[in-house]
Amino acid sequence: MLRYTLSRLLSLGVSLAVASVVIFLAIEVLPGDPAAYMLGLNAQPDTLAALRDELGLNGTLWERYADWVGGMLRGDFGTSYTYRSSVSEMIGERLWVSLPLALYALTLSTVIAFPAGIWAAARRGKAADVTVMGVTQLGVAIPNFWFAMLMVLVFAINLRWFSAGGFPGWDKGVWLSLKALTLPAVALALPQASILARVMRSALLDTLSEDFIRTARAKGLTKGQALRRHALRNALIPVLTIIGMQFSFLMAGGIIIENVFFLPGLGRMIFQAISARDLIVVESVVMLLVFAVVLVNFMVELAYALVDPRLRARA
Amino acid sequence: MSTAVTERSLGAQMLRNRNLLIGGALTFVFAAAALISFVWVPYAVDGVDIANKIKPPSAAHPLGTDHFGRDILSMIMVGARTSIAVAIVAVGIGMLFGVPLGLWAAARKGTLLDEVIMRGNDLVFAFPSLLIAIMITAIFGPSAVNAIIAIGIFNIPVFARLTRSGALALWQRDFILAARVAGKGSARISFEHILPNVANLLIVQGTIQFSLGILAEAGLSYVGLGAQPPIPSWGRMLAESQTMISFAPHMALFPGLAILLTVLGLNLMGDGLRDIFDPKLRRGR
Repeated sequence: MLRYTLSRLLSLGVSLAVASVVIFLAIEVLPGDPAAYMLGLNAQPDTLAALRDELGLNGTLWERYADWVGGMLRGDFGTSYTYRSSVSEMIGERLWVSLPLALYALTLSTVIAFPAGIWAAARRGKAADVTVMGVTQLGVAIPNFWFAMLMVLVFAINLRWFSAGGFPGWDKGVWLSLKALTLPAVALALPQASILARVMRSALLDTLSEDFIRTARAKGLTKGQALRRHALRNALIPVLTIIGMQFSFLMAGGIIIENVFFLPGLGRMIFQAISARDLIVVESVVMLLVFAVVLVNFMVELAYALVDPRLRARA
Repeated sequence: MSTAVTERSLGAQMLRNRNLLIGGALTFVFAAAALISFVWVPYAVDGVDIANKIKPPSAAHPLGTDHFGRDILSMIMVGARTSIAVAIVAVGIGMLFGVPLGLWAAARKGTLLDEVIMRGNDLVFAFPSLLIAIMITAIFGPSAVNAIIAIGIFNIPVFARLTRSGALALWQRDFILAARVAGKGSARISFEHILPNVANLLIVQGTIQFSLGILAEAGLSYVGLGAQPPIPSWGRMLAESQTMISFAPHMALFPGLAILLTVLGLNLMGDGLRDIFDPKLRRGR
């Protein structure tokens, strides 16, 4: 297990290093001067020089990369040009919206998908199966931001159960904040729940055709007992992998949904930064999101190896 | 079995496959709408007709009009071009780079080259496609071309992985051994014997990536990172309708339905094709 962990850790480090180089170079290949790009066409020469100095653009490529990465390792993501405030602090505030939203959506998606997938597999070919497969087919095809708009129309504008957008802040009460995150979380969860329910169903069907299920039935278990006691646990392995992968989709999908509901999360921060040409913010937030995704994948791989000893040997 | 018989039974299978029929019909409708829009649309989409702005569906405007008085049916027809073009080119980019990489990795299985290609794929997967798109737009500015590149880059590892795993299984087969004994090099074997045998897999995955591309394009243009005005696009129509949704819900309803039905059609078509190409999986999932 130790050898496996170390090899995954090495690959985690390499992924992050390469990702940081790619992001850094992507910003570097900008035709011309990032400072000039940020200030626009009418920049005064002395403002430009001051900004170049502030951004540390006068060093060599290698010095600037080392500055950026070294800063991030110490938790210093630089200073936003437009907001004149520390990017780390801005990220800290916004993370309290984006992360709960992603976790809320992940919970919803799991809570919906598990029963639906199990139900469909248990009643394969029956009406329940056809219904679940039909609904999930729609759930995969629906653009989630459009679904979000329709929910705003129905639940916020017509029924007035929820507000159409905005976020009160956790200090105004957990209940109010969770309520503000509910429609966005449902919108995010719908396609993910559909995918997960389908994976759950097909993983269960695969397991149900295994010999050990036939043995379980032969010793007198009912179909439902065999499913609950033997099939479910084995089917969980692919399902857990998908849940881990969905986290990255939720972080990225959150970027658009945050814009639908005007939530002050990382996604809106990226868009505001793009329109304000605040490249330091874009660079750092993208790196942070990639870090989160790579880290979650790493943890999923470890969890996977804990569950399935064969994988450890393969490393 | 003669070729004629095989083809007839394939055609009969296609006609009996409900997913393929419904999916194919939906896809055909939207592809036809996009093509027809080049020669004819009910109303011009670049004109402003303030007298007729925000009209609900009527006989003259079956899907109503938007805040500039433009006919929504015409906008959807022209918008279909953008969606389809972006998604097709993005799938093309994915296949053009991904398939040769996958073939190459499979032919050199277990070598450093294989490892580098596969780890590179993992790395691209670590960037959610939307983040790639945001980076590219932040750097080069928003446009349909940049949206295509962003979606296309994400398609490369999808096709590379699929091609590699399909090709690895084929390399174990006797007919490949025969080709090697006959003195063919690995590049020639890859293109002459492996590629035709993974083509089915690629077509099915291509359909799925096509539908994902349409969703991604809609999402990008919704947040203003895709096609720019005056090019009509479904995502931007939704973005523009958002502030008016309380009194003009038809403006939000129809472009969204267009996206939903196109994506649904492509997914159903992909499922149907998979059933036909891979009978082992039928009914299974």
